[in-house]
Amino acid sequence: MRSLAPIATVLAVIVALWYAAAVWMNAQWVYDQAARAGVEVTFGQMVVDTMAQERPVLPVPHQVFAELAKSTVGMAVTSKKSLVYHGWITISATLLGFAMGTGFGRLLAVGIIHNKAMDMSVMPWAIASQTVPILAIAPMIIVVLSSVGVQGLVPKAIISAFLSFFPVLVGMVKGLRSPDGMQLDQLATWNASRTQVFWKLRLPSSMPYLFASLKVGIAASLVGAIVGEMPTGAVAGLGARLLSGSYYGQTIQIWAALFAAAIVAASLVMIVGVIERATLKRMGMA
Amino acid sequence: MKDTMSQAVIEAKGVNLVFETGDGPVQALKDVNLVVGRGEFVSFIGPSGCGKTTFLRAIAALEHPTGGTLTVNGMSPDEARMSRAYGYVFQAAGLYPWRTIAKNVSLPLEIMGFSKAEQADRVDRVLELVELKGFGRKFPWQLSGGMQQRASIARALAFDADILLMDEPFGALDEIVRDRLNEEVLKLWARTGKTICFVTHSIPEAVYLSTKIVVMSPRPGRITDVIDSPLPRERPLDIRDSREFIEIAHRVREGLRAGHGDAV
Ligand SMILES: Nc1ncnc2c1ncn2[C@@H]1O[C@H](COP(=O)(O)OP(=O)(O)OP(=O)(O)O)[C@@H](O)[C@H]1O
Ligand SMILES: [Mg+2]
Repeated sequence: MRSLAPIATVLAVIVALWYAAAVWMNAQWVYDQAARAGVEVTFGQMVVDTMAQERPVLPVPHQVFAELAKSTVGMAVTSKKSLVYHGWITISATLLGFAMGTGFGRLLAVGIIHNKAMDMSVMPWAIASQTVPILAIAPMIIVVLSSVGVQGLVPKAIISAFLSFFPVLVGMVKGLRSPDGMQLDQLATWNASRTQVFWKLRLPSSMPYLFASLKVGIAASLVGAIVGEMPTGAVAGLGARLLSGSYYGQTIQIWAALFAAAIVAASLVMIVGVIERATLKRMGMA
Repeated sequence: MKDTMSQAVIEAKGVNLVFETGDGPVQALKDVNLVVGRGEFVSFIGPSGCGKTTFLRAIAALEHPTGGTLTVNGMSPDEARMSRAYGYVFQAAGLYPWRTIAKNVSLPLEIMGFSKAEQADRVDRVLELVELKGFGRKFPWQLSGGMQQRASIARALAFDADILLMDEPFGALDEIVRDRLNEEVLKLWARTGKTICFVTHSIPEAVYLSTKIVVMSPRPGRITDVIDSPLPRERPLDIRDSREFIEIAHRVREGLRAGHGDAV
């Protein structure tokens, strides 16, 4: 409970700054409107107006949250305007991409620690892959795949996998290599095979590392899915919501979608965290 | 007893071991000659860096001599390892936190492909041997350091190797626990008739436990004295106040000092 006070303080400061910034940034439009209509606005009038615009430069918090509430609990989830509907589209691509990416990352990691050639060659490519700007290749992936008839969920999941395999690869290699010399010698005295060393020691030892990278990976997956929804003229998903909002200058809609994405990201990371704690506790490693 | 004692279990003839390191070769063992008979309890004592661990690891085929011959049960150390000739107890217990004590003890048995029933049988037997009966379902973190080390000894005993190699197994424990465990190791040795090689830094520990004390000295690591203990096999703790005990301890101390003297 004691930790709540500082968090609340910081939050209050942020919200206050946000309101101040919104008033400052939206004021021009209020004055322009008044000038065009040939009327005078008082300062108080101006402040009230900046918080009630339909397309403000920067919407105020209560507008964003009203929009968020309206588009989640305020309408049927089947509605094309429901953020639950769009959120679910994005989440499903995220989860599929996360499964593919983390699976791929784990496979590569296993290969790297068991195969000298892979150890020497895979990492540089993996690192290079992450320096490619995802925004640049996302449209290519979508276009290429759709030309061979793959559309919808899968192309987005691939982009999401492209971002999430890397942290898992790095974490898993480190984790699989975490057993120390004594532990490996111990197994050598029992004449254990490499497969046995892997299943009995390396894999269980890697769990804390795996979970740490899964948390990074799930967030990266979400970013990948959202980016995958942007260039395609996709009609559904949080990314599409962001994009259509910016086409039509619907800043409130953009911000609501942004917050929805943030909430989804936080929830996904938290779910991984809960599984992590439960697993490591059961393994006596927490 | 006499003729089984004379059977050589470990035989080192002119063993040399040189580590190639970044700043040149390090001679860890120089011309080591030693015969360990069946059922003996041999302690290795000497200052840090004299090659005690290296020699034990060479017996276990974790290091390979660069010269001389070393046989274990008449085989090369590698063959001996593959025929499960020895159990090795490291300084740290090295139990897996995600396994119960029983599961930790059965780990080598799983690896060696014993049947489930056989595993359970043997785990029960060795846990009783190290007086950890009833702790099989506990996890390592629920046990004290001394109990963990006992579990690791049980693990080394589980697969019937007739040699037990122990590298400062109680080095990290306090004196009182150590005394108790030393007594237990002796009992265990009497009951199982294993051949034990035991590395230690403690003179009383070496004298109390051993039938043979190997004194080593560093730079290069070599054996400076081998003392056959006249103490009886049956050893109550208060034997440490006897004249014989003090005499042997004195000879070990002299040996260590001499080793230091001519190294300077
Ligand atoms: N893997 C290795 N590579 C290079 N040098 C090594 C290696 N292992 C041991 N040495 C060197 O060999 C010598 C003997 O080491 P060893 O560990 O056998 O000593 P020790 O008698 O067990 O010492 P301590 O009592 O401190 O455990 C030391 O000089 C050490 O630095
Ligand atoms: Mg040592």
